[in-house]
Amino acid sequence: MDAVVTYSPFVASGIRITVALSLLSLLVAVVLGLLGAWAKLSGSRAARQLAELYTTLIRGVPDLVLMLLLYFGGQMALNRLGAITGLWKHIELDTFTAGVLAIGFIFGSYMTETFRGAALAIPRGQIEAGLATGMSRPTLFRRIIWPQLVRHALPSFTNIWLTLMKATALVSVIGLEDLVYNGYAAGKATRMPFTFMFIVLMTYLAMTAISDLGLRWLDRRYSAHVRAERPA
Amino acid sequence: MFDHSQTEPGRERAKLEIRDLHKSFGALDVLKGVSLDAHDHDVISILGASGSGKSTFLRCINFLETPTRGSIALNGETIRTRLSPQGQQEPADGRQIEKMRARLAMVFQSFNLWSHMTLLENIIEGPIHVLGLGRKEAVERAEALLAKVGLHDRKTYYPAFLSGGQQQRGAIARALAMEPEIMLFDEPTSALDPELVGEVLNIIRALAEEGRTMIVVTHEIAFAREASNRVVFLRDGEIEEQGAPENVMAHPTSPHFERFLARARH
Repeated sequence: MDAVVTYSPFVASGIRITVALSLLSLLVAVVLGLLGAWAKLSGSRAARQLAELYTTLIRGVPDLVLMLLLYFGGQMALNRLGAITGLWKHIELDTFTAGVLAIGFIFGSYMTETFRGAALAIPRGQIEAGLATGMSRPTLFRRIIWPQLVRHALPSFTNIWLTLMKATALVSVIGLEDLVYNGYAAGKATRMPFTFMFIVLMTYLAMTAISDLGLRWLDRRYSAHVRAERPA
Repeated sequence: MFDHSQTEPGRERAKLEIRDLHKSFGALDVLKGVSLDAHDHDVISILGASGSGKSTFLRCINFLETPTRGSIALNGETIRTRLSPQGQQEPADGRQIEKMRARLAMVFQSFNLWSHMTLLENIIEGPIHVLGLGRKEAVERAEALLAKVGLHDRKTYYPAFLSGGQQQRGAIARALAMEPEIMLFDEPTSALDPELVGEVLNIIRALAEEGRTMIVVTHEIAFAREASNRVVFLRDGEIEEQGAPENVMAHPTSPHFERFLARARH
């Protein structure tokens, strides 16, 4: 048990990395997903095709392969681009940033489909009612589209988030000291691999359970209008 | 057949002036040059068979559809348009259209209440977020309107828990909350069960009697005859006949209009 106490700060730093990595990747994925959905639904043919290429390509390749490709290849591509355009000099992506970008980029493609489907589920007439009232585009988005988008997207969003959180374990292969990496290292150092892997497992379970609670609360909040009971 | 809509002498300038409106969807010409004036307190019923372009016409007025050609002016202010790179007419100034829309409220065939908001929230939405009214004032206005359309006891209900007639009355209250200069009704009773048509028509009638300026696309011949001061019959994207209902509906000159009226009587 002493070993667990001794190594707990080490494991805790892994948890911090995993949580930060998950949240930041999610942010990137949501932004890319919204952009992707907007592109897919836009009138511009070029934007639609670009988004189509993005989702087809990313969703068809294993995450691990993409992660390695983006981590090693992305760095090279970035520096080539810098050299060609002369806009920046050599950039060294740290593993954390590379991980966030790679995971965000991968899961952005799933988010694109989620948001696209959710946007299509909003009745066209409600958007027209907003326009006919004189709403500006930002007001329309904020007041009419976004609340309904969240409700329609939430079930699939929950799945993607849980998968994303677990997929962050892949960053240990590019040497980022996340929960898995540190748990594994502690297990090896103490010769207690089972104990530490069990701690890792329980930690992931705790994180997904907490997320599940939070997302269920959100679902209740955004689905008030379709719940069976009538308001008082 | 004839365009009677030139400003008549002795009357003030029309509130809404629609000139030579054309609308095509691809190769399909839905509107082929429709002109119409609406003055204060006008109640204009637009009649026509399905496919005659009457809904498209109404939707062009507030630019839910962008007219292919033609102009629309509210209180003498013409909506500015320009040609897109593809050669289509498009709005030149989105802000101008938003302002215009806020003054022309629209009531839709399928109600289109916002499903994630209660009835009360639906009604205060536009006043608060478009007109910039304070919440307290907006709620007061909404409550008075809900009482007027007989839905005060339903204000906390979400649209999914209201009947079609109640939803449409709510949608009318939502339109009224904008204190619009002109109200546009797009077949407001067509999606309703027959027994619910009356409650909605009565409210629209009452609004007409209050002297509100309204353009109503409708299939309700009786409503057109009794509540409007002008009837416009559209056929194949053009005005076939128009005038005061007591004249044109009693003695239609167009055989198509005559047949349309005869069919509707049964």
